[in-house]
Amino acid sequence: MSNRRSRQSAEVSRITDDQIIELVSKLQQLIPEIRNNRRSNKVSASKVLQETCNYVRSLHREVDDLSERLSQLLATIDAESPEASIIRSLIM
Amino acid sequence: MISNPVANSSDRARESSKKKKKRRSQSARDQSENTTQSRTAIPWKSEAQQQAYSSKLLQAIRQARQGSSAPAAPRRGGGAVREAADRVLAAAAKGRTRWSRAILTNRLKIKFMKNRRQRVAVTASSRLKKPRVSILRLKCKNLSTVQRKARVLGRLVPGCRKQPLPVVLEEVTDYIPALEMQIRAMAALAELLSGSASGSSSIEERAWGVPTVKKSLKQVAGKCPAAEFFVRMHQKYLCATVGSHVVM
Repeated sequence: MSNRRSRQSAEVSRITDDQIIELVSKLQQLIPEIRNNRRSNKVSASKVLQETCNYVRSLHREVDDLSERLSQLLATIDAESPEASIIRSLIM
Repeated sequence: MISNPVANSSDRARESSKKKKKRRSQSARDQSENTTQSRTAIPWKSEAQQQAYSSKLLQAIRQARQGSSAPAAPRRGGGAVREAADRVLAAAAKGRTRWSRAILTNRLKIKFMKNRRQRVAVTASSRLKKPRVSILRLKCKNLSTVQRKARVLGRLVPGCRKQPLPVVLEEVTDYIPALEMQIRAMAALAELLSGSASGSSSIEERAWGVPTVKKSLKQVAGKCPAAEFFVRMHQKYLCATVGSHVVM
């Protein structure tokens, strides 16, 4: 199905189908949703790409939340505690 | 552990230009690609990598906060931390991947653009309005589902907006473990600072994140005499909550 289409475009762009399949399967191993829930032969390439997009977006969100939390923590450490000067010299 | 990065990147550049000119047999190309990938792939999952990242992250955050001075930043103070974390992550990649190079060069571009921003913004908006519709139509028409999703993915990964599918897949294969390591290190650092074991994360293997960060903290703390007290103080908190995971 999609193999025929991608093979046609592959002839134009000189990128082989098997290469893409290999890359997609490598990617599949990285994504926890696909790795844990389903058997590897069931998942299509578009599903893998979709899950990858979702996963990268969630990772970005988590990094944003963590950096927000870290900056708040560093700010509060500034305000409170008698050991603030020690911590300040260490972190800031 | 990591051999000469300059030679490796020039090797890859030579390989990609050869691909465009000649048509190699697929098996030979796969073999050479696999070996170069396994040679230059960075072990994002290793503890040593996370330790190195944690200590550099601490230094970077320290510098960032010194630069912005004492009062709390307006709006989202997390932006400075995020930028520092991304920068250190990209530096850890040693320039082997497109996304890391894109992160580092984007910061330089933003610095240059700041002064000329007002002039550029006016002309850019007036130019972009007309051809925008036709570009959107072109994007949706002749692309299969896979290609469309690959474009979306390419927009998510820094530096991969206009790259073809196999390049995007390669970049993402490296980008995801790097992000996971970044999250592990930052979560462990946040836990350490807050002094409690609360909070949840979707990333596995968090148990050894905290001792790793403590180790890197000790390295940084070696320069400051009062830091020993700080580390001991946090050890008291952590031993109560985390328990046997912590070994100093």
